[in-house]
Amino acid sequence: MPGLKPPFSKADHYKGDLESAVQLLEYGDFQCPHCGAAHPMLKKIEKRFGSRMLFIFRHFPLSELHPYAKIAAIASEAAARQGSFWEIFDLIFENQSRLNREMLLGLAKSLHLNLKKFQTDLEDPALAEKVESDFESGILSGVNGTPSFYINGEKYNGPYTFESLSLAVDQAIEDSSRSV
Amino acid sequence: MLGTNIAAPDFTLHATPDQKFSLSELKGKNVILAFYPADWSPVCGDQMSLYNEMHRFFNKYNAEILGISVDGKWCHAAFREARKLHFTLLADFEPKGAIAKKYGVYNEKEGRSERALFVLDDEGIIRWSYLSPVGINPGADGILEALELISRKK
Repeated sequence: MPGLKPPFSKADHYKGDLESAVQLLEYGDFQCPHCGAAHPMLKKIEKRFGSRMLFIFRHFPLSELHPYAKIAAIASEAAARQGSFWEIFDLIFENQSRLNREMLLGLAKSLHLNLKKFQTDLEDPALAEKVESDFESGILSGVNGTPSFYINGEKYNGPYTFESLSLAVDQAIEDSSRSV
Repeated sequence: MLGTNIAAPDFTLHATPDQKFSLSELKGKNVILAFYPADWSPVCGDQMSLYNEMHRFFNKYNAEILGISVDGKWCHAAFREARKLHFTLLADFEPKGAIAKKYGVYNEKEGRSERALFVLDDEGIIRWSYLSPVGINPGADGILEALELISRKK
């Protein structure tokens, strides 16, 4: 069974408690409609598990299929440089249907980011490389489409429904408490 | 299903409505043969779209990927255009599934090929193969591991 390569590190985008029992990691694409549909479901999962779960996101843009996937990923990295990764992450998915470059600039503006820096960062090859390296880690980890989820480093192959995913997270919490 | 360390059977199939393509044309390159059930799989980020994002990785290993299904050449042409696929799709159409049968990955009951992967080295020897469970897109990690092993043996 494919596992996460490399494992989670603090270089990843994460939110929640680092000490929590469960790590739920998503490989996603900002223009993928399935990821867009999963977004509100994931919000519910976060709410349900609170501090018991760490949520992690890695980029997996299918650029040939989704022309704005990569620029959106880079824009989220540019926002991360200004401490607003998760804010723009939510906004991009919530406004996915009108995703384009102008819209991303508008989101940066609405978050009161330094627009000049944001625009310069959009062209920074280091950010494109960050996105590429996430993509490569996804390939090596056996990502086969988006969204792909990993629970404590193991690929989750069930459906992307609240019921099914929260059951799997529950199970992982139970497993970790048993092994302690 | 054909095993490893044997020569991959050669074949000639339509790659476009007016062009035929033979496996032997790729001697000197590593080859990934991706048998799949059908064009127009409804999921986003399906298997072929995933491989389409991977030319950078395949180039690194001097490898070329070929998709093969029992769909006809016109169907493949429309599918390639719709999904903007950059690699060759071969039509194992007439006689239906003949090549999938040669490789031992034809599903008689469903009348289509299984989802199966073969990685051949630059001399056309099968070095890795994988039969994916029904309905599960195998991703590409196994392919890259196989290519890495081939490149290390050189």
